[in-house]
Amino acid sequence: MGELLKRYGGTLTGAFILLTGFWLLMLIILPNLALFETSFRPYLPVVDMGGPLDTYSVNNYAKFFESPGPMSIFGLELSIPLRAQTFINTVFYSIIVTVVAFVFSYPIAFYLAKVVRPKSVPTLILLLFIPLWVSEALRAFAWYIILTLNGPLNAVLVGMGVLEKAVRWQQGVLTNYDAIVIGLVYNYILFMLFPIYNAMTSLDSNQIEAAQDLGAPAWKTHLRIVLPHSKPGIASGSVMVFMLAAGSLLVPTTLGSTRSNWFTQTIQQAMLESQDWNTGAAYSFLYLLLCTVVVFGVMRLFKVRLSDIAR
Amino acid sequence: MGAGIDLDNVVCDFGSFRAVDNVNVSIKPGEFFSFLGPSGCGKTTILRMISGFNDPTSGAIRIGGAPTLGKRPNQRPTALIFQNLALFPLMTIWENIAFGLEMRGMGRAERRAKADELLALVDLQGAADKMVSQLSGGQKQRVAIARALAVEPQVMLLDEPLSALDLKLRQHMRAELRAIQKRTGVTFIYITHDQGEALAMSDRVGVMSQGRLQQVADPRDIYNNPVNGFVASFVGENNIFTGAVGATSSGMARFDTAHGQFRARLGETGGAAVKLYVRPEHTLFTTDAGVENSVPVTVQEVAFEGSFISVHATSDSGASLVAELRNDGSQLIPEAGQKGFMTFAAERASILPDGIVRAK
Amino acid sequence: MMTDKMRKVLYHLYMGSFLFYLLVPLVIMSGAAFNNNKTPSVYPWKGFSWQWFIELWNDGTMWTSFGNTIWVALAVVALAVPLGTAGAILINSVTGMTRSVLYFFMVAPILAPGAVIGISTILFWNKLSVPVGLHLSVLGQVSYIAAFVMLLVLARLQSFDQNLEEAALDLGATHNQVLRRILLPHLYPAIGAGAAIAFFQSIENFNVTLFTRGTQNTLTVYVFSKVRSGITPSINALAFMLIALTLIAALVYELRRRRQAALEAAREEEGRRASDAEIA
Ligand SMILES: Nc1ncnc2c1ncn2[C@@H]1O[C@H](COP(=O)(O)OP(=O)(O)OP(=O)(O)O)[C@@H](O)[C@H]1O
Ligand SMILES: [Mg+2]
Repeated sequence: MGELLKRYGGTLTGAFILLTGFWLLMLIILPNLALFETSFRPYLPVVDMGGPLDTYSVNNYAKFFESPGPMSIFGLELSIPLRAQTFINTVFYSIIVTVVAFVFSYPIAFYLAKVVRPKSVPTLILLLFIPLWVSEALRAFAWYIILTLNGPLNAVLVGMGVLEKAVRWQQGVLTNYDAIVIGLVYNYILFMLFPIYNAMTSLDSNQIEAAQDLGAPAWKTHLRIVLPHSKPGIASGSVMVFMLAAGSLLVPTTLGSTRSNWFTQTIQQAMLESQDWNTGAAYSFLYLLLCTVVVFGVMRLFKVRLSDIAR
Repeated sequence: MGAGIDLDNVVCDFGSFRAVDNVNVSIKPGEFFSFLGPSGCGKTTILRMISGFNDPTSGAIRIGGAPTLGKRPNQRPTALIFQNLALFPLMTIWENIAFGLEMRGMGRAERRAKADELLALVDLQGAADKMVSQLSGGQKQRVAIARALAVEPQVMLLDEPLSALDLKLRQHMRAELRAIQKRTGVTFIYITHDQGEALAMSDRVGVMSQGRLQQVADPRDIYNNPVNGFVASFVGENNIFTGAVGATSSGMARFDTAHGQFRARLGETGGAAVKLYVRPEHTLFTTDAGVENSVPVTVQEVAFEGSFISVHATSDSGASLVAELRNDGSQLIPEAGQKGFMTFAAERASILPDGIVRAK
Repeated sequence: MMTDKMRKVLYHLYMGSFLFYLLVPLVIMSGAAFNNNKTPSVYPWKGFSWQWFIELWNDGTMWTSFGNTIWVALAVVALAVPLGTAGAILINSVTGMTRSVLYFFMVAPILAPGAVIGISTILFWNKLSVPVGLHLSVLGQVSYIAAFVMLLVLARLQSFDQNLEEAALDLGATHNQVLRRILLPHLYPAIGAGAAIAFFQSIENFNVTLFTRGTQNTLTVYVFSKVRSGITPSINALAFMLIALTLIAALVYELRRRRQAALEAAREEEGRRASDAEIA
């Protein structure tokens, strides 16, 4: 801080502090406190606000545990509250999305970092970036077109004889969430690819050659050398993809059916359709908690710091 | 014209660490003064205090007789040349040089003219519109000097400006710097840990160790009459004997060692532990016995170094001695294995405090 | 055993199919813009037509949404760039616990779900009696987009030689001049990249906007509502134009980057040659 004063003087240093303070306080900390506070208040008509009914309680959170319904988890038939079911499904399929994105992008990251001629890398990356320049809404929409009953995918598959007749992908084939998972993977796979690629570029190619020289087969080289080195990138990519997938509202709404519910949709219904901001706040807070747990869990698991993830 | 600089009991602490410890020195106007010392001894810190980037913890600094307390770097008549030069990479050469003038509100045409003038002074005509990355190391060096000179400072502060250059270029730039200093008459305060550089360029040298100024003198005195073992060892090689001071008379003393009795000049010992120091080039080989200050030795190795010949020998009492003999036939050059004596003149040998001057 | 050559071929094939996977949906979507069919599709192909572009052109709501999107994005850039830059400069000058805490609060919104950011924004400003609307979308978006700017500027600051500032001060520059002439020029590439990212992130944004917008539309929200209620291929026409625009922008950017890199490399080469000549 003394350094700042010396270099930029009082006025400028004050300006830096003021700007940063505005950002952190007015845009981050206080809004989250407001969220927290609101989540404990009842949803009341305007006239009753501040009245005797306006007391703190956990009622909003209790709604999360209302109306149980049947759900089978790994073959176990359980009775679980509907919103909790949505929550569990969201987490579960977000993990699936993360894993699928990792499996598909890992070879590409390695290809870019270690296999292809370095000269072609910028061009390839530019090509890979194109979908990112196109908005998420449109990317989801593209898959909507592809997956519709009379769409090109069915036409190709039926034409090739893979399918006997067209399939309603959005209703789900394997699970209710097929189309959503497909859309989420497509939308966010690059957020997995680039961090892993970045981590891999710093790996000394000699290490790979040394391992091979010592007789390690390719898969062992990956397991023992490349994978451990890419760990920060994998952590970063996984957190990003999980967060984006779990937080997505566009993709589940565009590609989902009535049989697939995403937790963001539950929040949206509370906030925008019921206009019950208090319950919405409670759900949001639960969601925030989930995200925090995931981020810190991954940081623990991969032994990385926040600055490794956020880049 | 140059201004004088006075450091009065200057101390600089970083937390509990004392980087500069009670330094007193008066640098004369127009002088080329070097601070010489090993890495981490506090040289840069002194320079930063003079230029105003650090404040002394206690003590006073005066520039041209005026106190500097509370004056910011841009209010002092000093210009600093950074260890890494700190040229502005996004500006052209002439914009770099004219930056200080621009800050003073000088018009563009005038600035450009002044920059061209300075480029001529440092022999870089034609480089005005290049970018910094287009220049060689030596050229960058000169741009840094020109940029500092542009603001017409009374004092130039140079922090190891040659350390990034190759040996040959370094030697060339020594002469150049010295010439620029003579031409401009600006006081130069030069920092280095290279004793050759300090001795070759400076009017006076201040040798530092562990934050304390050990000795301030002209280069000859620093080399020939070091005040303690640290200075003697830092600026050159020595044959060193441990022992005790015997009878003294008019600046000379007897010195008793395990290798014999010697007579030598007695330095300011201040009651500290002492040793006897003799430079290898002041040490001779002789076959005559009974000469004053001689040690019986067997020659181990004779190495031909070009301009001189270095002779390594072991005394019968177990000491290792080195003599550097002139390669002009005027001195006796022994052969390896030969027995004889290493000897030195009493006036060339000094009894000095063993270590450095420490905080009182 | 697989030979190295076979493995390489496999890798190339995989890369090819990956690109195919990424790009084909966009091609299909663009293609549908030209299909003379009432629902957006490339199959069956009913002939080439410009009609969806004409319909798009005449779609007033689309134009309002488009205008809103641009305004919001510009406002986000105008706020996020100074906030993120100031944050980066500040965080770069502190160490230890203070730094970690500041960093956490700055970066956390990147990882928070957009819906939660949007909701907390309206709840907070509602308490200050600020109604919902696109101005809140701006504030909500800035809360996390400023972090992108901060990260970019911070990375750039790490390669900044602070001696340059001291040299400028020493040569008589005032604090303002140090900032304007030395620090900011060094940061401009990062600030420029930050502004671009902020702009595109804002255009992209859906989650925060949906909850904060009130009744106003931005392009993403408009597309979304169109996809939910009856769609016509005019959306595809829009998509096609956006894709074409971004492609051109990306191309221009890449060409300029290459030219800049070549220029810089040539200069450094000259410097190296001069150094070599000096020693010889
Ligand atoms: N800002 C600071 N904070 C803490 N310690 C410092 C600071 N600046 C310097 N020091 C310490 O003070 C001592 C003297 O530093 P200084 O830079 O003056 O040395 P120097 O003689 O210039 O060395 P070199 O030849 O390596 O440049 C060093 O031990 C250094 O670690
Ligand atoms: Mg130094």
